Amino acid sequence: MKDIIQNLNKAFENRVRLGIMSVLMVNDWVDFNTLKELLDTTDGNLASHLKALEEKALIRMKKQFVGRKPKTSFQATDNGKAEFRQHLDALENLLKNQ
Amino acid sequence: MEKSKEFKDLQEIKSLMERSSRFLSLSGLSGVSAGIIALIAAAIAYYLLDFGRIKYTTNFYLLRPMEEFSYQMDLLTNLLILAFATFVLALASAYYFSWRKAKKYNYSLWDHTTKRLLFQLFIPLIAGGVFALILIDRNDGTLLAAVTLIFYGLALVNAGKYTLSEVQYLGISEIVLGLLAGIFTCWGLLFWAIGFGILHIIYGLVMYYRYER
Repeated sequence: MKDIIQNLNKAFENRVRLGIMSVLMVNDWVDFNTLKELLDTTDGNLASHLKALEEKALIRMKKQFVGRKPKTSFQATDNGKAEFRQHLDALENLLKNQ
Repeated sequence: MEKSKEFKDLQEIKSLMERSSRFLSLSGLSGVSAGIIALIAAAIAYYLLDFGRIKYTTNFYLLRPMEEFSYQMDLLTNLLILAFATFVLALASAYYFSWRKAKKYNYSLWDHTTKRLLFQLFIPLIAGGVFALILIDRNDGTLLAAVTLIFYGLALVNAGKYTLSEVQYLGISEIVLGLLAGIFTCWGLLFWAIGFGILHIIYGLVMYYRYER
């Protein structure tokens, strides 16, 4: 039981962060506005969680210009995917053991 | 209490993965309406082909040696207009019912999943369409039903990865029908009506009762 709880990753303990990782697990580069629409959250809230995940190197960011508008896209790193998968397994195990 | 939180998290994760990677607005009713339109079109084609007395499978110029050349061209033009109108009407009805489903479930109809789905769908579809036109240009209609069914089936199998996965089963059925239509070429119109008409209706009804009621 203790192992399972240890496998739960603090970095993902938030609805928005779980959402960001879920979307990035099954999609390659996803831009900010798409994430915002999917997760139904505010600019500031989303930006701060993205930044936190990026600082932990769980996701990476790229900036492009589409015409004159900047477009920011995000992608999960291999490490981020692995850690998120571990987190999901831990969640599932926790459910099974209860 | 803890349990319900984790359970809800996992459900939310699953739903987000689905919604962000697949086009879910595709409605079963789109299939039903496309099928009905195809059946009507097949009936009109049957009428244009003089109730099967003219074999659309044979060389268009040799259809009726005694008749004037212009008659053949009129027939060909009418069949092409019919085919094009069927395609446009079926697409429009698919769009309409998808729009309704998107509104009902609060999905967004036009996002990256839509673009990806259309891209993957239209590559085999356009290849098949152009190839069908090449066959017509060569005055060889023998394999028209087979070619349209097979390429449509391939398009669905390809697109099925980006929408409800059941679409792939419909695609495989269309491919099998297309191959049969290639063997029994004189029954081409019948196979076409089964593939584009009846299969669409059956598939649409199954999907409607499974997901939308």
